[in-house]
Amino acid sequence: MKATVLVRPKQGILDPQGEAVETALEHLGFAVSGARVGKVVDLELDADDPEQARAQVEKMCEQLLANPLMESFEVEIHG
Amino acid sequence: MASPQPRIGVVTYPGSQDDRDALWALAALDGEAVPVWHEEHELPDLDAVVLPGGFSYGDYLRCGAIARFSPATAAVKEFADAGGLVLGICNGFQILCEAGLLPGVLLRNESLRFVCRDVPLVVERADLPFTSRCSVGQRIVIPVKHGDGRWFAPPELVRELEANRQVVLRYGEPCNGSVDDIAGICNERGNVMGLMPHPEHAVDPLLGSADGALILASLIEAARERVLAFS
Repeated sequence: MKATVLVRPKQGILDPQGEAVETALEHLGFAVSGARVGKVVDLELDADDPEQARAQVEKMCEQLLANPLMESFEVEIHG
Repeated sequence: MASPQPRIGVVTYPGSQDDRDALWALAALDGEAVPVWHEEHELPDLDAVVLPGGFSYGDYLRCGAIARFSPATAAVKEFADAGGLVLGICNGFQILCEAGLLPGVLLRNESLRFVCRDVPLVVERADLPFTSRCSVGQRIVIPVKHGDGRWFAPPELVRELEANRQVVLRYGEPCNGSVDDIAGICNERGNVMGLMPHPEHAVDPLLGSADGALILASLIEAARERVLAFS
């Protein structure tokens, strides 16, 4: 079973990386706003049940993959 | 009776970079500097521990996030829980935050630039084992060199910290965008401190400043008192 974890800077947290990316995109002529930069973690898991897999990955997020003070996470499970 | 030389451990993680300078500075200030390898599950007999600067585990994922799981970090946590003195410098500060020994987290500098220069600091607490040689309100100069030094915590946590007087050092001028210009904090009990500036790089006027020695010598003195108290 495969999982994808999206880690994002929490709302309200200053994300200078996102701001720099936004400015660069504006220089290229794109009209954008609200750019935020996060991380993607792809995983392969030894699990058969999607719910069980999700629970396992959520634990990983809480213990390591995200820091709850500054980041939120979202878990996607692919069959 | 000759005053005892306190034993101060310096943990080396893969990617630590200021461990040698920390060992050198502690020895120069009359401490017995003891190298500790990150794979050690038990600390040797120590009177204080320093977590040095650098880029442990390449700063992968988040600064300090992987070093938190090193066997030596678990041993340092035990040491701190028992009241032992622990000082985290730069990456060491980041590790202490990730390990939950200190509140908050260190984020990318607001400027996105690596800052590497001497910065003025204002001492907020002089009653700690790490600052007894300073005075409140004193301005000291210690270099910083970091890309991720913007200390952050949610407003309610910052209020709690201020109320508990856990802010030890503030930048005397804008440095990295830290909340309330916070440069160094301690835990509630006052036996664990973390700071982004590098006192080990400022222990001799030849290095541009000797103000870092105020912090390290305070730590050595406090560790020495503990040796005397238990001997």
